[in-house]
Amino acid sequence: MANVDLEALRSQVSRLERGSSPIAGARFATGSLAIDAALGGGMVRAALHEVFADGMANEPAAAAFAIALALRASQGRPIVWVRQDFVGLEMGEIYAPGLAELGLSPERLILVRARDGPAVLRAGEEAARCPPLGAVLIEPWGNPKTLDLVATRRLALAAARSNLPLFMVRAGGTPTPSAAASRWSIRSALSRPFATEAPGHPCFVADLLRDRAGAAGQGWVVEWNRDRLAFNDISAGDGAALPGRLVPDLAGGPHRADDGRRAG
Amino acid sequence: MRTTADARDKPALVVVEKQKGAMRLVTLSRAARRAGLTPGISLADARARIPDLWVEEIDHRADAALLEAVAKDCDRVTPVVMIDAPDGLLLEITGSEHLFGDEAKLRLGLSQRLRRAGLHVRTVIAGAPDTARALARHGNVAIVPPDGDAAAVRSLPIAALNLPERDRIAISRAGLKTIGALADRPAQLFSARFGQQMTLSLSRLQGIAHAPLTPVRRVPTLWVERRFPEPIGRMEDIEAVLADLLREATSELSARREGGRLFEAAFFRADGAVRHIAVETGRPLREATVLIRLFRERLETLADPLDPGFGFDQVRLCVHVAEPLGVAQPGLDGHAIEADEVADLADRLATRFGPGRVLRFVRENTHNPDRAVRAIPASFNSRPPGFDPMTSAVWPTPEEGEPPLRPTHIFDPPHPIAIKFAEVPDGPPRRFSWRRKEYDVARAEGPERIAPEWWRSDAAADARDYYRIEDSEGRRFWLFRSGVYGGAAPPAWYLHGVFA
Repeated sequence: MANVDLEALRSQVSRLERGSSPIAGARFATGSLAIDAALGGGMVRAALHEVFADGMANEPAAAAFAIALALRASQGRPIVWVRQDFVGLEMGEIYAPGLAELGLSPERLILVRARDGPAVLRAGEEAARCPPLGAVLIEPWGNPKTLDLVATRRLALAAARSNLPLFMVRAGGTPTPSAAASRWSIRSALSRPFATEAPGHPCFVADLLRDRAGAAGQGWVVEWNRDRLAFNDISAGDGAALPGRLVPDLAGGPHRADDGRRAG
Repeated sequence: MRTTADARDKPALVVVEKQKGAMRLVTLSRAARRAGLTPGISLADARARIPDLWVEEIDHRADAALLEAVAKDCDRVTPVVMIDAPDGLLLEITGSEHLFGDEAKLRLGLSQRLRRAGLHVRTVIAGAPDTARALARHGNVAIVPPDGDAAAVRSLPIAALNLPERDRIAISRAGLKTIGALADRPAQLFSARFGQQMTLSLSRLQGIAHAPLTPVRRVPTLWVERRFPEPIGRMEDIEAVLADLLREATSELSARREGGRLFEAAFFRADGAVRHIAVETGRPLREATVLIRLFRERLETLADPLDPGFGFDQVRLCVHVAEPLGVAQPGLDGHAIEADEVADLADRLATRFGPGRVLRFVRENTHNPDRAVRAIPASFNSRPPGFDPMTSAVWPTPEEGEPPLRPTHIFDPPHPIAIKFAEVPDGPPRRFSWRRKEYDVARAEGPERIAPEWWRSDAAADARDYYRIEDSEGRRFWLFRSGVYGGAAPPAWYLHGVFA
């Protein structure tokens, strides 16, 4: 009985939430048809989104995924990226020519180097209060003590007021309760090789751990197309390009949905 | 200004300097003067007249340091203070006198302050710097009335002109003893005999021409200040005063149709210490609210916080750099307003975190990946030294369809890696280990040879062969090999960056 009620409530909430965003630009499409369909037309613009890496080795992929989302959302406007110093030491400093090759022209980027977690949050909040920006990216290291539910609410509120997306790349971090609208876990996927067996365009496995609108528990393999500034779906036909172990993951539907629920 | 201490009960003090092989008196205390000594006589003569002399050798360096310290203290009166070596200071007090009441009160206040510090001073207020300078040394006028410069110097001796000894003697031999006597005669008379310099000095002395001056501190284009009879120490009061000053300065800027780029607040402590705090902005600004926010940010994040001690008795706000700024027309150019808002954000962040932590990237015209990009402060439009917008390249548009050829993250210095297995000696590795983990290479592209810039002095390095590598789990790396197989030393492999 209780279960039924819960299900009904859930779908009602989800309907309400989807219905409550009729404003143009309330969502931005990722370009991936599969992701956009699952999210009901794209990601919520004026919100906080969390991006985790699936293991340390995938941190650069998580940062790049967030940059790609920021590029989708920002439509040519400036992007502020706040990084904690330690993230640079651990994962490497950001390299502007490489960002240019992802489609982010470096003259659009303002990089803020913050000494510690609290400084990242302060700078991120300050930037999120500046509506002319296209997007804000913040990259604290690990789980800063000050990064609690209240702090994420402040960030989410600032983003909502300025109608800005705020992407929080949680380098070396683990999920904690937060006010984020969505939470992703990212890892690299094998690229579709060029004829010469050269590595191709960046590919990601994107798992949606949590979603306010209820689409959590799904995973997709997407490729970033710099020329169109859009994600492409990697369909089953391209599966040969993917490492074998990914296919069951996709076919198996929601993986690690539990993580998301617990953490949320 | 006489910087000689005068102690009543001690013997007459004279300061001596070695001149033309003999120790001669240069500066004398009042007691020494009363005893009949004059500057210029030799120490031996002086000792013969007064055996009980207190003799000190002149210390030019200490004198200069003292003069500089006094100049800094005079910053309280006006930000425009000039050193008139070896023993004078020139203060531009236009605009400052009303803060004290009037000129006489300013002069009295300053003299008392310096006397309390143990200095003997002569202070003169005049219309032109040279007039005041000459009157302080040779005259007995305290305040010259407006436009009275020429009249005030008439009775001064010729020595006030600071002429070479030879010329001074020549003029006095001609029977001309005072400045007035010179001023009454046609200028051509003197310029023919003594050169242009003398007529120029004469007109400067009379306040007709003005000598160029070099102030100790940068002269602000605009300044406003407050003095308090009771020192203030509470942070709220200090911020309120600062906000008030900012509003006053910005309304003046808007009257001038200018915006400030460099603002500096000076906090004068009752015990004499002064603290200067500057805020630099990326664009000309005259919105008081924005500036108040910037200063508050700055004050909150000072590594060495503002210490009021027993309180500040004076706060001054200077605008050092101002640029033309048209009247704001909201709504007319939305894009420009948005760009301004982003510039303001960069300023706020730079004020809080330091300009070196808020960066943007400029491209350098080099193929060397280590130098291909430079991070510069994002907040200031002023270019860093050595930056030339003409030679600095714009970012190229990547070729359509090409995968990224440069990594998004880079390690500086590159991390050495161990090659576990390579198929061909000069090919890419098949397996390598980095940070104690092994990676199986699935795909590779390369080599892309990047030669060192031989024209640079630090180009001792080997050429590098770069490979784009993808491992079996899709992680993409930028590796390079330095050196060749069969060379003097075996080649070394490095991981330079990571792709998305």
